[in-house]
Amino acid sequence: MVELKVNIGGLELKNPVLTASGTFGYGEEFSPFIDLNRLGGYIVKGTTLNHREGNSYPRMVETPSGMLNAVGLQNKGVDYFIEHIYPRIRQIDSRLIVNVSGAKVEDYVETARRLAPLEDVSAIEVNISCPNVKEGGMAFGTTASGAAEVAREIRKVFPRTMIVKLSPNVTSVADIARAVEAEGADSVSLINTIMGMSIDVERRRPHLSTITGGLSGPAVRPVAVRMVWQVAKAVKIPVIGLGGIMDGRDAIEFMLAGATAVEIGTANFIDPAVTMKVIDFMEDYCTRHGIRDINEIVGCI
Amino acid sequence: MKEVKDFIVAETVRYNDMYGMLRLRPADGSPLPDIKPGQFVQVAVRTPGVFLRRPISINWVDADNGTLDLLVRRAGRGTEAMLRLVAGDTVNILLPLGNGFDTGMHPGSKAILIGGGVGVAPLLYLGRKLADEGVDVHFLLGARSSGDLLQRERFEAVGHVHLSTEDGSVGEKGLVTKHSVLGSEFDRIYCCGPSPMMKAVAAIARERGTECYVSLENMMACGLGACLCCVENTVKGNVCVCTEGPVFNVEMLNW
Repeated sequence: MVELKVNIGGLELKNPVLTASGTFGYGEEFSPFIDLNRLGGYIVKGTTLNHREGNSYPRMVETPSGMLNAVGLQNKGVDYFIEHIYPRIRQIDSRLIVNVSGAKVEDYVETARRLAPLEDVSAIEVNISCPNVKEGGMAFGTTASGAAEVAREIRKVFPRTMIVKLSPNVTSVADIARAVEAEGADSVSLINTIMGMSIDVERRRPHLSTITGGLSGPAVRPVAVRMVWQVAKAVKIPVIGLGGIMDGRDAIEFMLAGATAVEIGTANFIDPAVTMKVIDFMEDYCTRHGIRDINEIVGCI
Repeated sequence: MKEVKDFIVAETVRYNDMYGMLRLRPADGSPLPDIKPGQFVQVAVRTPGVFLRRPISINWVDADNGTLDLLVRRAGRGTEAMLRLVAGDTVNILLPLGNGFDTGMHPGSKAILIGGGVGVAPLLYLGRKLADEGVDVHFLLGARSSGDLLQRERFEAVGHVHLSTEDGSVGEKGLVTKHSVLGSEFDRIYCCGPSPMMKAVAAIARERGTECYVSLENMMACGLGACLCCVENTVKGNVCVCTEGPVFNVEMLNW
């Protein structure tokens, strides 16, 4: 029997597999394909204080081994989530984590404050790394002082696990990670999408309505693995790795680089049952390598 | 219930350089799920340079024989690879997706199903379902030229067929929106084709006060309502074409 349990800043997960925000809806969309109760946790769609319509279509274009998106945090706002979605999904026997975003520090804080009383919201993931919104989002995640400020203020209102999701669009991701650790973040997750751009050469215009967007998929994986490795060496808090994980092998790669848990994102679009296969692979991998507890492999590089 | 499973290519038909048809059956011999006309599938294409699944509308369902048909237009690497498939190949499919057409029409009422290009695909199965319910089904199919008119015999087996070609090589010359059959009254209009065609048909429907449904083709990633990429701006704001569509009553759209 292999031990797959991991601990993220006081939060125990039954296994290291989480779903990345914005790629898994509210979980329910995937219930025809997988047993949601088997997931280590599921991170729901980026939630903001107020309703957001998101960016105009077109919001997506396929790119080599990946895709660019510019959804722009479309969601119905935190109150709608609390009233209409939370009561349905809280029954799922897996850790519910809400991704929180905002244009101003006060918006992040107010959103986190409203989520704090919901006992089945095990953690929040603070999104200071969305490249697709004009205000806030990545702006906070690209300087150590901006990231620190958001983490510090949210820490005052949210008592449970606070994960900060980091942007790869920076000079030194380790500096940002240290800054949020110093302000009480329980964990960091990385990477969010890499800012990219693609042009329709026949029509001579960008593929996305916003011109630039966020790149995800296996194209970003080596960048993500490198950053996870750098951050894991720089901080003491657990690191959650994501970026182009398509299968169990990729997930193990992130854990070897220093991730205690992983998030599966874009791969859910290709294979809606991929998360289950990743969990099965981890168990099989540990058995094959004579590993009793998956924590033994974390950061062994 | 949505499912993801392997299908075997039972048969292929190549109509011309641009178009072909794939007939698929579940690899494990299981029955097909219930499929409504206007629903679509997401096809996993294993070929270099293709990452996401390709959304393809369902052309026909033969529940007795457990097969479904996909009409494919060569548009890029993904559809090109699909057209290279041969009988016996396996392909992974996510289905059935989307809302499908509302087929609640009274027996004896009259419907016109207007399609252009590969947009004719879902109308064949829709016509079958409507005809089974006693609806008087008329197809108005448009193409550039006679060689681009697909599955004509199959449409003729289901309902009355009216044709338009831009070069006048068959049927009336010009766009479908100028076809003389539109001089008649219809209880409902269904339309699938290029966006300018659907917008022109929607305008005609509005002017006459005829109920009109169109099927949209927005670019999508997941097909499950999770990625929020394929949104259409509607009177209810941005909604996912993959779950709240692909079929919309034109009154919902900001056209």
